[in-house]
Amino acid sequence: MTPRPPAFELAGVRHRYGARTVLAVPRLEIPRGETLGIIGPSGAGKSTLLRLLQGLERPSEGVIHVDGVPMARPLPLVLARRITTVFQRPLMLDRTVRDNVLFGLQVRGRRDRGPAEPLLERLGLAHLAGARARRLSGGEVQRVALARAMAIEPDVLLLDEPAANLDPANVARVEAFIRDAQARGTTIVLVTHNTHEARRLAHRTMLLIEGAVVEIGATEALFASPAEARTRDFLAGELVY
Amino acid sequence: MWLTFEVTGLALVIATIVGVPVGAVVGLTRFPGKRLVTLVLYTGMGLPPVVVGLFVYLMLSQSGPFGSLSWLFTPPAMTVAQTIIAFPLVAALTMSAVEGVDPELRLQVRALGATRWQTGWTVLREARIGLTAAIVAAFGGIISEVGAVMLVGGNIEGQTRVLTTAIVLSTRQGDFALAMALGIVLLALALGANAVLLQLQGRTK
Repeated sequence: MTPRPPAFELAGVRHRYGARTVLAVPRLEIPRGETLGIIGPSGAGKSTLLRLLQGLERPSEGVIHVDGVPMARPLPLVLARRITTVFQRPLMLDRTVRDNVLFGLQVRGRRDRGPAEPLLERLGLAHLAGARARRLSGGEVQRVALARAMAIEPDVLLLDEPAANLDPANVARVEAFIRDAQARGTTIVLVTHNTHEARRLAHRTMLLIEGAVVEIGATEALFASPAEARTRDFLAGELVY
Repeated sequence: MWLTFEVTGLALVIATIVGVPVGAVVGLTRFPGKRLVTLVLYTGMGLPPVVVGLFVYLMLSQSGPFGSLSWLFTPPAMTVAQTIIAFPLVAALTMSAVEGVDPELRLQVRALGATRWQTGWTVLREARIGLTAAIVAAFGGIISEVGAVMLVGGNIEGQTRVLTTAIVLSTRQGDFALAMALGIVLLALALGANAVLLQLQGRTK
């Protein structure tokens, strides 16, 4: 029996905006069920990588395989619907919180309204189910966006700073939520500024600086004994760019 | 009064059915010549009704390409003229409304699994206040319009006389009381129609 292909396989991927190369990933495999943490300073190309994995942009060079299939753009709907992203600046539809959470199910033709409440409850938002989503605070929007993504039970979850700007109690809620997804076998790519968050959640961690992969390895090993000087500096909180 | 409502109502419905999709497509997609199409639509918003009337008159006159329809001086000719006046208003304002929706929202909606059509529909729903404004503006433009309907309708009593052309005639005849009364009816009609449109906007919220 042939082993199942990895969730993502990137080969020779480079992405440019104009003449500027914003991301270069010579080789990267993300096995199914893995949580890959991506850390790095602002402008490192972390969010760009997520956009490529979601199929919202096509790399300027190189190939991305999803489940062993070269990614075409637009992504075939069946494939696209297995991947979802929680964006760094999530935008709410001008509907109720509940309807925002159910949106992904609704576009899949599912009319049941049941799944919203338990998700909102877990994230401490049950009391806001009937509220207009545009009136929520930034932290509430971030949690609704996470519930909206999880409602569709994706195989792949791309998270862009899911716990930024949250207070400690809500960080704990969000991280527990992410652990649930891990337990279900969801492949997760977690972009974060917060190295502690990566350390708590990621199986492997990758450091990106100015679009280049500095180091990638098992999270504990990378944090305990980084091989690269720039990784050590970054983890020590020094400026590396 | 009922003829006013029929002609304007039908013209508005046709302009909306054609104008909203055209405005949405122009607003949401990129294609060569988009700037030119935008320029044409914006210019169309300022079309002098009397020029539209002249154009429709020439098209429908006996020697014109559509003369065989025998529509000149009938309500269908007035509907055609008003549709041409209303269409660019609906299309251009729809375009502005959908362009006003954060483009990032479209990406986020797609990332949740929406197809292109579902994404377009979702953006239209988000732009519903602007859409209502587009339809209201077009309605206001054509219900108050007199030049085109006068030219292509001929203001024939019992056949093509609408409120605006009746007001012009009464004023010319010095019957100011009737003209004022008709003006009040026209305003009431506009008020009622806009109330219905606003109600519809509220219901989709």
